[in-house]
Order: sequence, then structure tokens, then C-alpha cells
Amino acid sequence: MTLHPILKLVVQRIALGLLLLLAVSFVLFLGVQMLPGDTAQAILGQSATPAALANLRHEMGLDQPALTRYFSWLGHALQGDLGKALSNKQDIAHAIGQRLGNTLFLAVCAGVIAVPLAIALGLVAARYHGRWPDKLISGITLATISLPEFVAAYFVIFLLTQVVHLFQPVSMVFPGMSLWAKLQAVALPVIVLVMVVLAHMMRMTRAAILNVLQSAYIETAELKGLSPMQVIWHHALPNAIAPIISVVVINLAYLVVGVVVVEVVFSYNALGQYLVDHVAKRDLPVVQAVGLIFAAVYIGLNILADVVGIVANPRLRHPK
Amino acid sequence: MRIPLSAIIGLCLTGAFVFVAVFAQLIAPYPIDAAVGGVWEGPSETFWLGTDTIGRDILSRLIYGGQITIFVALMSSLLSFGLGSFFGFLAVVRGGWVDTGLSRLVDLMMAVPSLIVALVVLSVLPLNLMVLILVMGILDSTRVFRLSRAVAADIAVMDYVEAARLRGENLMWIIFREILPNALSPLVAEFGLRFIFAVLFISTLSFLGLGIQPPLSDWGGMVRENKDGLVYGKAAAMMPAAAIAALAISVNLVADWVLSRTTSLKGGRG
Repeated sequence: MTLHPILKLVVQRIALGLLLLLAVSFVLFLGVQMLPGDTAQAILGQSATPAALANLRHEMGLDQPALTRYFSWLGHALQGDLGKALSNKQDIAHAIGQRLGNTLFLAVCAGVIAVPLAIALGLVAARYHGRWPDKLISGITLATISLPEFVAAYFVIFLLTQVVHLFQPVSMVFPGMSLWAKLQAVALPVIVLVMVVLAHMMRMTRAAILNVLQSAYIETAELKGLSPMQVIWHHALPNAIAPIISVVVINLAYLVVGVVVVEVVFSYNALGQYLVDHVAKRDLPVVQAVGLIFAAVYIGLNILADVVGIVANPRLRHPK
Repeated sequence: MRIPLSAIIGLCLTGAFVFVAVFAQLIAPYPIDAAVGGVWEGPSETFWLGTDTIGRDILSRLIYGGQITIFVALMSSLLSFGLGSFFGFLAVVRGGWVDTGLSRLVDLMMAVPSLIVALVVLSVLPLNLMVLILVMGILDSTRVFRLSRAVAADIAVMDYVEAARLRGENLMWIIFREILPNALSPLVAEFGLRFIFAVLFISTLSFLGLGIQPPLSDWGGMVRENKDGLVYGKAAAMMPAAAIAALAISVNLVADWVLSRTTSLKGGRG
């Protein structure tokens, strides 16, 4: 039996992605422990007693061969056991489970707003290419690209809590809140995240549409008397959809970095804040586990972008 | 040669930032770590930008902070450039398994966002300037590697490179005397962008509390120190945030101009 060529391509991409994830986990775990310096020393500080160091080394399994440690960790992780945190001995998988939902809620809200908005703005900018709406949209998005996430966040906070009194500057989400109260609480962080990912999506949508607008069939559509918006909607957009979708997905992956910073800005109790806290506490098992989750989401979305690109390409879908 | 207005503004602002950073010790009106006023005072004659969370002059701290921000960003972007372009050229000149190995390694490093990798690495390494510069420089060199490999691939097939090989020149000669001079202009334009990225990166790390450690302080760290003031309507945290934005945008303006100039140069040559 031969696979449909597109299915084969997709399977290949997914297999490659899984291999990449395995390699990343290998680097995150072994590479870090092979860094110059002694992990146990770095965690305990210069003033640690030799006994405490030996204890910690044993506890972290540092006295065993590196490969053994890696495979035993990987085996446990695949069964959902991520070990215990060094700092407070809590179960890492449990702690992550509590916070993952909050992070996903934030990211999904941002994605749901950012994607349609970016595509709409990109269409408008392409429609009025070179005129003031295009220049305005492009100028504003260019400015947001050159800001780091936390600076953008504080500009938004300052504007919406101090200049215009619309929101509270801290986002607390706890179990038992109604959906509406939750949405209100995450409004500010979501606005910031939308700003962070909007610019690239919008610029690539604009570029993809402008690219298609140069084709001969667009000229035909214009000459038969269609309005510019109809031309874009019926003739340009369907042909630009593949690059747009893959850019959108890749930028959604960028939310992974965005959430880490934005959660800290708003003291939002979720995965990103958990990661940063434990980097400061030098709690390596937690950092590795959460880092691997972020890496997996990022790689997964990138594979998804590839797969969508393959599936959306008619030449691959209907091979000669 | 006509310089567009945006590039002039960018050049002047960037120049001003660099000037202030270099002569920080002479320009700053107050020492970096002295509480000279009340907590969170507003801008006044004595404190032009007000005072911070423990009464230190914000303007002086901004000036010293700019020195550290620009120094760390410059060092790490120089490092990423040195590493990235050297290995990029090496991959092209040697080809074969060296090229494949280096390219796959870079793919692997770029498969995870640099911030996440930096956080994992910084959780075991000591936090000092040297480590920060090394980590940021190495992580960012992957992007320079890809660019310089692509640029060098076009150059390596030129007749003069072949002539140099046939002359029996060694690897270093081909990399530094044949390829580097001809790859310089696109790389210089890229340097501006990498520098901005490094500024944003170190600011973000410091903001998260994992970058520059006290008593030193950079702009990202200053935002962190003063962020609680926002709740009470104190704008102290906005000053360093605005400084980061202004530096990033002005370097961007210059880089855009250099980039458009080098592409038009290329077009001119055919």
C-alpha cells in the first residue's frame, strides 16, 4: 500500500518534529549539567558545606552516569511524573497542572482576538496600499515590534489605569471565578499579548496579499469591474491563505515567550511566572520541566504551521 | 549622498545615547546609589525626572543604567557576530559534514525560543556580566550564522575564491581575506538589528530579575524596581521603559537606512 504523498509528507514532518523534541530534551537535561561549573555548587552557593553538596548531588542523581539519569528522567516524564521541586519538595506535575490552565486561558484569549484582527488590518492595509490607512497601520505596528514585551505592557498599564481609569493593574485569577470575571481580570494582559503578536501577523498578511495582487488574474478581476474589496476578498485572499496561516501559527508560537514576560508583569499566577520564580530559586528540575513544556508547545505549533502549509498547497494536494 | 530625515533623527539619537553612556560618570548629576531625595518625588528643578522607590535620582540612574545596557548589548552582539559569521563562513568553505553538523546544531538551538533556553541555562550558571554576555551572544549567534552562511554561499562560488584556493591559500586566508570583505555590507546592516535585539533581551532578563544584579542596574532592572509605583500613579517606571523604546527605535531607523542602502548597492552592481 502506498501512502498518499501528502500524508507521507505530513507524517514525515511530525516524525521530524518528535525527533527534534527528543533532541531538545536531551540538550535541556544533559547540556545544562555539562555546563562549566558544578550544578550543585551553583544551586547552594559558594558557602555550601561539602556534606550538603554531596547530599544534593545524590538527591539530584548527579553521582550517577549522565545517560542513566537522562533516560530515567525521560521514562518518568513520559508517564507524567516530572519529579519533585528542590525548593519546596512539591510534585512538579501537580503544580504545573494547576497553572497550565491559566496560561492556556490567557494565550487562547489573546489568539482569538489577535488572529482575526491581524488579518483584517492586513487586508485594509493592502487595500489602501501606500495611502494613509496603510501608513498609519504599518507605522503603529512597526513601533510595537521594536518594543520588548514588558515595556509595551507598562505603556498599556500606564495608559489604561492611570491616564484613563479603565482597569486594575494586577490580574488575579483564582478557581471559582465566573468566566466573565476571569475575562475582565485578564483584559489587560490579553491586550498586551495581542499587541506583541499582532504586528508580525499583520505585516505578513499585508505582504502576502500584496504579492498576490500583482498576478495577472487580479488585473482581469479589476478589469471586469469588481470593487477593490471584492477583488481582495474573492481573488487575492484564497490564494494567499497558505502563507498567511503558517505565519499566524508561527506567531502564535511566539506567544510562548510573550506569556512568560506578561505573566510576570501582571503577577498572573501561571506557568510563565512559575518558571521565572524557579529560575531565581535555581530549582533546576522545575525549570527543566516547564522549559520542556514551553519548548514542546513551540515546536508543536511550528510543525502545525508546516503541515498547514503543505495541506493548503493545491500542487501538493493534487499531485500530477 | 542624501540621508533621509528618519535616518538623521536615528543617527542623532543613537549618537546621543552612546555619548551619554560613554561619559556617564561626568554627566550624571548624582551618584548611582545615593538616596538624595524623598521616595517617588515628581520631576522638579533638583531632580529632573523625579526620584525612585528609595529616593535615588532617576536621571542619574538612567544615565548609569544606559551605560550598562549599551555595554552588555554591544559586547554580546559583537560576540554573536564574531561567532556567527566565523562559523557561517567556515560551514560554507569547508562544506560536507562540517556544514551539515553546524547547520543541524543551529537548527536545534533555534527550535526553542532563546528566552526559554536562556532561563534554563541561567538557572545553573552564576549571574554576572560575563555569563550574561556569553549566553546572549552564543544564543543570538545562530541568527548571524544563518545569514552569513547564506551570504557566503553566494561568494564562495566566485572565481576569485577559486583562484585563491588554487593559489594554495589556507582556510583562514579564504575566510578573512576573500569572503569577509565582500560579505561585510549586509552583515553591518544586520549588526544594528542584532544590537537592538540584545538591548531588548538584556532588558527583559533584568526585568525578570535574572539579568544585571544589584548594586549594578540597567534600564530593565529599573523598570522592575519601580513597577509598584504605577499602582499609585507614580510614573517612575515609565522613564527607563521610554529610554529602552527610544534607543530601540532610533537604532532601528539607522539600521533600516543602512539596509536599504546596501540593497540598492547590490541592485546597482547587477
